[in-house]
Amino acid sequence: MDPRASLSRLWRDEHSRSVIIQILAVVLIFGLFAYLVRNAVVNLEAIGKGFSFGYLQEPASYDINQHLIEYSSRSTHFRAMLVGILNTLLVAVSGIVLATVLGFSLGVLRLSKNLLASKLAHIYIDYVRNVPVLLHILLVYGIIVNTLPVPREAQSLGDIAFLTNRGFFLPKPIFEPLFLVILGLFAAGIVFTIWFRRYAADIQRKTGEHYPVFWISLGAVLGIPLISYFLIGGPITFEIPALTGFNFSGGMVVRPEFTALWIALSLYTAAFIAEIVRAGIISVNYGQTEASLALGINHGRTLNLVVIPQALRVIVPPLTSQYLNLAKNSSLAIAIGYMDIVATIGGITLNQTGREIECMIIVLLLYLSLSLLISFAMNIYNKRIRLVER
Amino acid sequence: MRATNFLVIIAVLFSFTVMADAGTLEDVKARGKLNCIVSSGLAGFASPDGKGGWQGFDVDFCRAVAAAVLGSGDKVNFVPSTNRTRFAQLNAGEGDILFRNTTETLSRDADLKLTFLPINYYDGQGFLIRRSLGVTSATQLAGASVCVQVGTTTELNLADYFRFNKMKYEHLNTGTNAESIIMYESRRCDVYTTDASALASTRAALKNPSEHMILPEIISKEPLGGAVRHGDDRWADIGKWVVNALIIAEEMGITQKNVKELAKKPGNNPGMNRFLGTEGSMGEMLGLDKKWAVNAISAVGNYGEIFERHLGPKTPLALERGLNASWKAGGLLYAAPIR
Repeated sequence: MDPRASLSRLWRDEHSRSVIIQILAVVLIFGLFAYLVRNAVVNLEAIGKGFSFGYLQEPASYDINQHLIEYSSRSTHFRAMLVGILNTLLVAVSGIVLATVLGFSLGVLRLSKNLLASKLAHIYIDYVRNVPVLLHILLVYGIIVNTLPVPREAQSLGDIAFLTNRGFFLPKPIFEPLFLVILGLFAAGIVFTIWFRRYAADIQRKTGEHYPVFWISLGAVLGIPLISYFLIGGPITFEIPALTGFNFSGGMVVRPEFTALWIALSLYTAAFIAEIVRAGIISVNYGQTEASLALGINHGRTLNLVVIPQALRVIVPPLTSQYLNLAKNSSLAIAIGYMDIVATIGGITLNQTGREIECMIIVLLLYLSLSLLISFAMNIYNKRIRLVER
Repeated sequence: MRATNFLVIIAVLFSFTVMADAGTLEDVKARGKLNCIVSSGLAGFASPDGKGGWQGFDVDFCRAVAAAVLGSGDKVNFVPSTNRTRFAQLNAGEGDILFRNTTETLSRDADLKLTFLPINYYDGQGFLIRRSLGVTSATQLAGASVCVQVGTTTELNLADYFRFNKMKYEHLNTGTNAESIIMYESRRCDVYTTDASALASTRAALKNPSEHMILPEIISKEPLGGAVRHGDDRWADIGKWVVNALIIAEEMGITQKNVKELAKKPGNNPGMNRFLGTEGSMGEMLGLDKKWAVNAISAVGNYGEIFERHLGPKTPLALERGLNASWKAGGLLYAAPIR
């Protein structure tokens, strides 16, 4: 048989054609990738730049203003990288918390029957969503740096905290050993709450009677530790910041770079979350609320037991991608000099050592792991709130 | 900025083959244009002039090389770069040569794989501060907030200086000189530190220059020079001798005005004849035209003229020649002879 004819028959068959195309695509993609990698390796060799991560053990030689762990210019590039990772995590986690709180409130406001509230929320959301996040960051930073006073003319808040364009200087808590007792009570409160919620649910299933779970939990987690804190006489002392020379010293400082990044990322992401929350709540047919009320269940419990669990199923998957966006957008920190992963290992280290490819590989892997971690956590949560069919 | 880094990586991945085999001189001649990496904006050294062109001390060195290689100082594409991207851009082949107020150091030479051209500006790191703060010496800077550009030798010197003097400070990174000025003007930082020449340029651009001063301490040596990629010696030679020629022209009194006249016929000074190409074959040895040096000088003038035009007392920067005077006038400029 003519081989050309059999080839063309292979091509005419839908199934085999799709297989051939897929094989070709895989070969092409791998080919391109291999070409790029080989090209880089061969040519880096040609100009005598090997591929190595040895530089991570050498002293970084540069300073980082915000470091959550001990760091000096004599620390290694590896440690500088850790400082960068922690700074990224700090802004990503605080951003996610604030964006969630703001986003849920805005989403509910947007649905409010109060016309003024809902219109204001609408205008805010439309404005914020349609302006690039980098501009928000620069705007907030510009406002902080240009409108707040310099340290010598600082705005004092009761002489213990100070607002300046170099940051917010706050009293720094110093924990005395007795504080461990409070921490212990707090932990015990959490354990008790977890047990109590199960117990209360059990009782309710058996007898239909229900306990005020929220108030009892609040008392256990916050109330008891708070009361005992004052009973033992407040085992925390505060170090108050004081103006010395150019700047304040002592206390804690929240730098404008962090504040600007945190606020701007949260405001921006909150606008998206608000729309997701609104969609989630609308997706639950109002008939469900009516049915629940008709059964004599009050408004609060209707929201908690009927509306929110069903709305969450719609909210959580897109919410995850908003969290991912926020974490990745935090790399815009570089625009205002916040020392995150990109600014440390992907910026100064890269520049001072000239290890572009190695540094960028590290930065890419770090963001990838951060994103996968967030996805993983959110997927677990998503599985728990999924509609359980009985 | 992040995007720039990725672009640079992509550029690195794609373009190494191009640069690895061919000679830079042939590439430039075939292209008919010199790609020269300069600062994205530093008044006096390299800045766009509002008419679509570039002006400055570094810019004129680019023009001199273009004139020596291609016969005209206008055959240059200026490639703006930040401190962060400059070396990656050079190594990725985006530029043939770099004149970007860049400090020569061992690690840059050996580890970043650059070949440095002769030093064309002797600089040192200083501090710019408001007079109203009442500081008269860098040793009084404990506790200050200091702005510094990332990816520079200055940020390393800064860390060393404050560590050595056991002073604490707040370190603030900025991406460019322009960003630093904004931070300094908004008083986010008390002090701006970079090369003293760039501080003079920055101070001149501030609203009330007299309210600001440069502290007397110079805390580092910053020998600034051009650079090319490792591995193309012929091209490095060309860059090196164009810089030398500009310095030698000043020693010999050859200026933009008189160079054409002098080059018409051989005179009685053999050194000058070799320089002007009326005797010997210096240009050919470099792979260039006989009139390479004449072309360079006609395009931009000698070193002294370039300095006066962009940095000297009659410019807003008002810098003295100082270390950058010819060795005959007590400075450090001393070029190897063209022989």
